[in-house]
Amino acid sequence: MSKNFLHKAQNTLLIAALLALFGTLTVSAQGPAPTDDEVNAIAKQLFCPVCESTPLDVCPTEACRQWRELIREMLADGKSEAEIKQYFVEHFGAQVLNEPPNKFASYAVPVAAFLIGAFLLFRGFQMWLKPVKADTALEGGSGLPESEAKPIPQDDYIARLEEEVKKQK
Amino acid sequence: MIAQFGFGVLVVSFLVALYSVFAAIYGEYKKSPSLVESARRAMLLTWPLLTLTAGVLIYLLVNNHYEVQFVYEVTSRSMPTYLKVTAWWGGQAGSLLFWSWLMSAFTSLVTLRKWDRDREFLPWVIVVSGVTMSFFIGMNLFFENPFAQLYQTFEGIGPHTFQPADSILFTPQDGQGLNPLLRHPGMVIHPPMLYLGFVSFVIPYAFALAALITGRTDDRWIRLTRRWALWAWLFLSFGLVLGGRWAYDVLGWGGYWGWDPVEIAAFMPWLTGTAFLHSVMIQEKRGMFKHWNMLLIILTYSLVIFGTFLTRSGVLSSVHAFAESAIGPLFFTFIGLTLITSVALLIYRWDSLRSETTMTSMLSREALFLLNNLLFMSILIVCFWGVIYPLISELFSGQKITVGPPFYERATGPLFAALMLLMGIAPLSAWGHSTVKTLGRAIWKPAVIAVIITVALFFTYTKNAIALTGFFLVALVILVTVYEYWRGANARQKSQGENIFTAFWNLTGRNRRRYGGYIIHISMMLMAIGILGIELFQVETQGRVAVGESLNLANYTVEYREIASWDDSPKGVNFTRAVVDIYENGVYLGELHPRKDFYFESQQSMTIPGQYATLRDDLYILLIDWEPASVEGATFKIYVNPLVNWLWLGSLLFLVGIVIAAWAEKDPERVTVRAGRRIQQTSAADD
Repeated sequence: MSKNFLHKAQNTLLIAALLALFGTLTVSAQGPAPTDDEVNAIAKQLFCPVCESTPLDVCPTEACRQWRELIREMLADGKSEAEIKQYFVEHFGAQVLNEPPNKFASYAVPVAAFLIGAFLLFRGFQMWLKPVKADTALEGGSGLPESEAKPIPQDDYIARLEEEVKKQK
Repeated sequence: MIAQFGFGVLVVSFLVALYSVFAAIYGEYKKSPSLVESARRAMLLTWPLLTLTAGVLIYLLVNNHYEVQFVYEVTSRSMPTYLKVTAWWGGQAGSLLFWSWLMSAFTSLVTLRKWDRDREFLPWVIVVSGVTMSFFIGMNLFFENPFAQLYQTFEGIGPHTFQPADSILFTPQDGQGLNPLLRHPGMVIHPPMLYLGFVSFVIPYAFALAALITGRTDDRWIRLTRRWALWAWLFLSFGLVLGGRWAYDVLGWGGYWGWDPVEIAAFMPWLTGTAFLHSVMIQEKRGMFKHWNMLLIILTYSLVIFGTFLTRSGVLSSVHAFAESAIGPLFFTFIGLTLITSVALLIYRWDSLRSETTMTSMLSREALFLLNNLLFMSILIVCFWGVIYPLISELFSGQKITVGPPFYERATGPLFAALMLLMGIAPLSAWGHSTVKTLGRAIWKPAVIAVIITVALFFTYTKNAIALTGFFLVALVILVTVYEYWRGANARQKSQGENIFTAFWNLTGRNRRRYGGYIIHISMMLMAIGILGIELFQVETQGRVAVGESLNLANYTVEYREIASWDDSPKGVNFTRAVVDIYENGVYLGELHPRKDFYFESQQSMTIPGQYATLRDDLYILLIDWEPASVEGATFKIYVNPLVNWLWLGSLLFLVGIVIAAWAEKDPERVTVRAGRRIQQTSAADD
């Protein structure tokens, strides 16, 4: 019984010593407490889970202040930026990230729209330029054919007015 | 009683607006000028009626009629009178009424003009404006009544338009007061400016639809509404700039633009409006892209309504909030119906809108303007997608997401850079035809100087590639524009014998739209300097310091001297103001007073930064937290925002440019008429 007790005590002491050593190592790994700037660098990439369109680093609510303190504690615990962001996503949903998780979907639509627009414009240029090339080739010039220059736009009223003025001359 | 009177006048306004719509349609159908004239007069009557309605609401706001729900929600006894008046647009119901009132003012102005030459447009302009106005008045009447009063019933206290049975009027002692963030002068002016911009764009749209309906699809509708579009653009731009300045001064995050959906809602019509202003010039000069111009103004109108819908329907907070809101689905239906009708009309008139000429060169000014339109539309798609993607995601996958600044900055950055490049090239290209050779000859001198400036910046200011590209483009655009200006003035100097200043003045006066546009280009580049500075070089730090301790950032040192806190009971505010001394490289610059105002009624606080502004940068200090009765000290957040004041400087020049561009030029038609009269008089004298 006493032998068993001693054995148990030895094991307990060993575990305690290991824990103490691990604890010391952890504390030394933590270094100084995270600064406000380190906290804000991560908070800036997150949005307040309750307010609309407010980044977490500048949100003035008490809840957000506490979430910033949570980031500080997690940093002090040695958590990485990715782990902290993942924690917030797990607890509050993907809306806390300042970018959609599926980046492809978010960029694909505008890029595709731009490419389609550029293609249509290119095709348009090809279509518009063709007949003129023939004209200019015939004329041997490169300028705007006189016949295509739009006259100073005037409507019927002005045309009538000018006609009358001419008659009165 | 007064509230009910206001509601009654609102009902009459609604009926009169509806009458004008039906009278105009029926008058046109029956070819009855007297009915159309009656519609016009009815439209004119809406403005005094809505002014009276607004007057009643202002009376209630100023005289603390807290039995009226809207008054209770947006004012309080401690608010000064001017804020009580401006609280009119501080809440949903009031702002919708404000929209209708502005709309009626603009429509009245339009209907007051002489219509002799454009008689066929009149009924349809009345119809389009009248339908839009009726929709907004209807919103007020049926869903967001600003005159609803609080009644106590057995079920509790609630707003009602008419007194329910067995109820008594409930009058709270005081109101909730306006959101403190909306009490800033910038926010007092910002919404009216945006609304003015929104509403002014309805007029060109009304003329465009009138042109489509009547089949008079020549340039007339563009010429009639050119100035409207420019003024609309001025108001919208001014509204956006004021919003940016308000955010910078009040929101306490060291920035001016957060790519918030509400900001984007106002930015989208600005984008299509800007594309339209460029594109109409192609139609005027070359008779091309008539379909495109129609589409742009239809889009601008739809985006104006969409912007109002985004901010008023609750759709931004959640699609479920939208579904539950009374006005959300109605707005959505209205946008859908107007868009479908407009596009259907455009398709119906497709053949009569064919271009009169064809494109002759890919480097001609019209081709470059078309590229400019492609870029504006691409930015629009980025913005539109960024706003609706979270809604689509929530609707289809149930996952709420946020599309924040990184997406917009990455997606729009290259597009804005391309736009800047176009701004540098397009003024040098000619209508009809330009070649690489002609453009190269015109651009090489400004380009070489821009390269020299960029190299100098590389050695003295930054090695950041994005910044250097941006600064090169800024330098190129400014130099090209100034060069163009100088060439014009120089030519005048030689031909007219004017001194250089007179030549500049006369040059601008002779072609206000062109040279106003050049000033706008230069102002945009000044704004670009500010944007590049703050986006690429902003630095920040936050720290807690005791009295006498300091924080360092860039070349600045901020030393905490003292803090004081006091209540201003009449205003219902607690002020906490810190005093900090600021030094640059050890040289004392002065003291700043970052403060935090806490409003008792709304339990909201406002962070007012202490700012030290120079053209080089802006030292921006926020008081974040403090310990009033201990030596623990206070927490400050400090930003150094390089070059940001160029943004505000550019904004001022921008307004000057638009005013010049929009200022009434001598109407060529009137000149023709006057010339005609002169000829007549001379002929008579000769006879």
